Amino acid sequence: MEKLKKKIGSFSFWNWVIASIIFRLILIYFPKNLNLSSRPEVSTPLTSFRRLAEGYWLKQSSMSSYAGSMYHGSPLLLSLLGPLTVKRIEGQPNHLLYSLVSVIADVVSAMLIRATGQNLRLAYLRSLESLDLVKQIDVSEFLFSGDIAALIYLCNPFTIVACVGLSTSPIENMAVILCLYGACSRLIPLAAFGWVIATHLSLYPAILIIPVIFLLGCGPDSPPRKLFLQRHQQKEVLNQSKLPPGFSWGPIIHFAFWAFLWSVYVLVLCGISLKQFGGLWEMFKSTYGFILTVEDLSPNIGVLWYFFAEVFEFFRNFFLIVFHVNILFMILPLAIRLRHRPCYLAFVYVAICSMLKSYPSVGDSALYLGLLGWFVNELADMQFSLFLFCGYVGVSLLSPVMHNLWIWRGTGNANFYFTTAMVYACLQIVLVVEGVSAVLNHDRKLRILITGKPQDAKS
Amino acid sequence: MELSFTKGRWNYESWGGFDPLSSSNAKPPGVELWAVFDVPQHHIDASWKNLTHTLSGLFCASINFLESTATYSTPEWSFPPASGNVRYGTLPCEAVCTENLTPWLKLLPCRDKAGIALLLDRPSLYRGFYHSQQLHLTSTGSSSEGIDSGIILEQTLTVVLQPNSEMAIEVHASEKHIQPSWSLSSIFGKQFPNKENGKSAANGLTSENFWSNPSFELSANPDRIFLEESSSHSKSLSILYMFQVEKYCESEPFDIGLMWKVPVAWLCQQTPLHASRFLMGSGNERAAIAISLKSTQFTEGFMSANSKDGSCELRVDVFQVVPWYVKVYFHSLRVFVDQQPRAVSDIIEKIHVSPSKDKMSPGVMEVVLKLPCRVNTAALTIEFDKGFLRIDEYLPDANQGFDIPSAIISFPNFHASMVFLEDDSLNKSPLLSKFQEKCPVMSYTEVLLVPLTTPDFSMPYNVITITCTVFALYFGSLLNVLQRSVAEEERFLKAKAAKKTGRLPLLLSKLSAKLRGRRLEPLHSPPSSSSFINSKLVLKVILVAGLAVGWQYFFS
Repeated sequence: MEKLKKKIGSFSFWNWVIASIIFRLILIYFPKNLNLSSRPEVSTPLTSFRRLAEGYWLKQSSMSSYAGSMYHGSPLLLSLLGPLTVKRIEGQPNHLLYSLVSVIADVVSAMLIRATGQNLRLAYLRSLESLDLVKQIDVSEFLFSGDIAALIYLCNPFTIVACVGLSTSPIENMAVILCLYGACSRLIPLAAFGWVIATHLSLYPAILIIPVIFLLGCGPDSPPRKLFLQRHQQKEVLNQSKLPPGFSWGPIIHFAFWAFLWSVYVLVLCGISLKQFGGLWEMFKSTYGFILTVEDLSPNIGVLWYFFAEVFEFFRNFFLIVFHVNILFMILPLAIRLRHRPCYLAFVYVAICSMLKSYPSVGDSALYLGLLGWFVNELADMQFSLFLFCGYVGVSLLSPVMHNLWIWRGTGNANFYFTTAMVYACLQIVLVVEGVSAVLNHDRKLRILITGKPQDAKS
Repeated sequence: MELSFTKGRWNYESWGGFDPLSSSNAKPPGVELWAVFDVPQHHIDASWKNLTHTLSGLFCASINFLESTATYSTPEWSFPPASGNVRYGTLPCEAVCTENLTPWLKLLPCRDKAGIALLLDRPSLYRGFYHSQQLHLTSTGSSSEGIDSGIILEQTLTVVLQPNSEMAIEVHASEKHIQPSWSLSSIFGKQFPNKENGKSAANGLTSENFWSNPSFELSANPDRIFLEESSSHSKSLSILYMFQVEKYCESEPFDIGLMWKVPVAWLCQQTPLHASRFLMGSGNERAAIAISLKSTQFTEGFMSANSKDGSCELRVDVFQVVPWYVKVYFHSLRVFVDQQPRAVSDIIEKIHVSPSKDKMSPGVMEVVLKLPCRVNTAALTIEFDKGFLRIDEYLPDANQGFDIPSAIISFPNFHASMVFLEDDSLNKSPLLSKFQEKCPVMSYTEVLLVPLTTPDFSMPYNVITITCTVFALYFGSLLNVLQRSVAEEERFLKAKAAKKTGRLPLLLSKLSAKLRGRRLEPLHSPPSSSSFINSKLVLKVILVAGLAVGWQYFFS
């Protein structure tokens, strides 16, 4: 731990940031972006750049961009990023402008992650102070979780590949991080904007409304409220002012108002751009309907494509409902158990969505791996961390190989590629489960330090 | 409506593409059906479905596969009569055999018992290079020129055969074009008996400029000879010989034959540009379709005829239908003229695309190109992604691949027709009027075979169980972690430590020791919790059973 801190201290944060930007730019100048945009792990039917170009071409030819089954994204992205798909600058790589947009999105996300991480760290230190645990826990050992999280996000190979591979994941990730940053820093219009845009671009961030509500109501991550009450009981008179405030509804109403305003604005803009082509219903059918019904069975790093290629027609709807309910079901138990740690709750939700969504890609994994960096202090005792790290490296190396064997050489078959996808899903499950377990253990540790003995009741 | 069953590909290089025979009778392999409807728009699809089913039953073919929306398309400009009312569908891999020929023959007034249909010897017919049977239905509308409204049925059988080698001149290896001598008996193995009551069997034989200097000899004398009027596009004129079969009887059967006195090789008149289509790329993920147009030695003649005040342009119409699992990227359409890439807006005058919807409709592309007259080669390329199908959507032989139907390349500026000089117009033969009809010059490209990746067909149960196991793993372990309480965990750790002394329990006990700090052993859990757990279990079982019974009742 000491060596790590010293190493980070010597090669400062900004150097790492600049190094990662330069590395991205070098990769962009490779011919054809190293063909990364054609990898199924990077570009899915929802995030693919070629489909965006096709949607833009259809729109320019006065047809609905949802006319064929090619484009399934937001019309706002078409208007903003569409012109970048056709612009060519002489002597430069083909999609330089779009790549630069992705790089800028990545850097902005990293900065926001850093700011939120600093916020979280300060809140943690404050709560430790009010619990009078500062002497018992060695605070100087605490890593700068904001910096670490930002560096993990920027230097993660998954993020670099998603950026250079011309997918729309960097922009989706930026929207999610914007939402969490706004909620942490009490910038309610920004949080509402981030949430509305993230939900509009891909459906799954809608469940982040629950951590956002907890963030705005209670504040950033802190140990459970019960501990504060117990400590207050123990100390009695002195520390009344240090009791954290209870749940406040004011900011939430404010947030609801802003979210409503932003969603009306976005829907009106989409309605205007799609007026002759079926309006908003067509958009919902092509974007949300496409996500929920898993129509496209192209291989990706998830497990749903092969499942729905092989399942019988009779059971298709049943399994669609089961798989989507799997995500929804876990919202409530996690929210009950982790309500005092809304940022960690958001991380778990993002991880579950990236794992179980219809068309996962490495860009989604990049997001939750970056958010994982916020909790390096709480997750210091996590089991299986080396196993997970090796697993991720192994899967990311094996998966392109299996894909090549199946599609290009014809010597393997779909089972090879599906196996790596399943191993990847299992790794993510282990990460989520062990992460939740580690945070709950951390809270138990705090409780033991305060009360002096473990209790029978659940914390 | 036009329906054609074709076996083999019309070889435009050897058999020509410009005469009325090739333009109207060269059809794509398999089944092609197009129909123009006169009903309100919302009834057209239902009428098409009825039509396909009826024809399927009538001709013993799988035309009913054309009923689903994913197989037929609605072209806008390519079929001149009407737009929006045309439906077009093809089945490129349909096999054609006698079973389809017999119902077709049944539609003739005398079947194959009389008339020229007597000649149809099945083995020699199906041994040929190409044969195509077509049905063309036209309904004449309200009376114009005093004709009553009715339906005109035209049946055409086009065959390209090779005669038996008895009378053929030896064919040298290097000169493939030498025409063999032939006779009806050498081709069909039959001769024409006299018993027929049809009209004269006009045997259309077109030859080039041999009127004055015949280098061939006909074994029977023609009854009438028709000369073609001057044609605008070719230097030589055609001759039509007509024979009346009624004059022949059994002792003197009608066996027309043609003997070449000198070796003759000729090239038939071809289309202005020779069209071919092929696939580019490798692998099972993505590829590209390329249509290439090459000028032939006849192109010069066309251009000079078509030039007006210096700037002449050759108009080419391309009509292509791709099935939905060939996901075409229309923005990747590139045009090359004389192997140089050109801007799409320079060459393409009009384009109409109807992108494919997954499992719903095929992708249709109609392009009007304006090429410069001196063009040598031109090419259109378009990239596509190969789709992934469910296991029940694959054909029985999935590893063979899937077919992309032929594209239609037409040259609307040119019309193939032959007008023959006639002395008396009272005896107008229907064949002559057919030749005189102006039909646009068109050619069909090759059918492309696209191999698609296949999933493992033997694995549905395995995949379902393994994936559901993964989901159950996630669900169970996450819930377990969430609802575990401290006392339970400590109990669990103690029990584990007491049982074995393996490495993992040792590690776990170390971990728990670290958690506990330097505390004493915790209290034992009260024993009364066991009955509590039991009643909880029983309650859960009853709840699940009740749900199952309710589900059964509700949905049975």
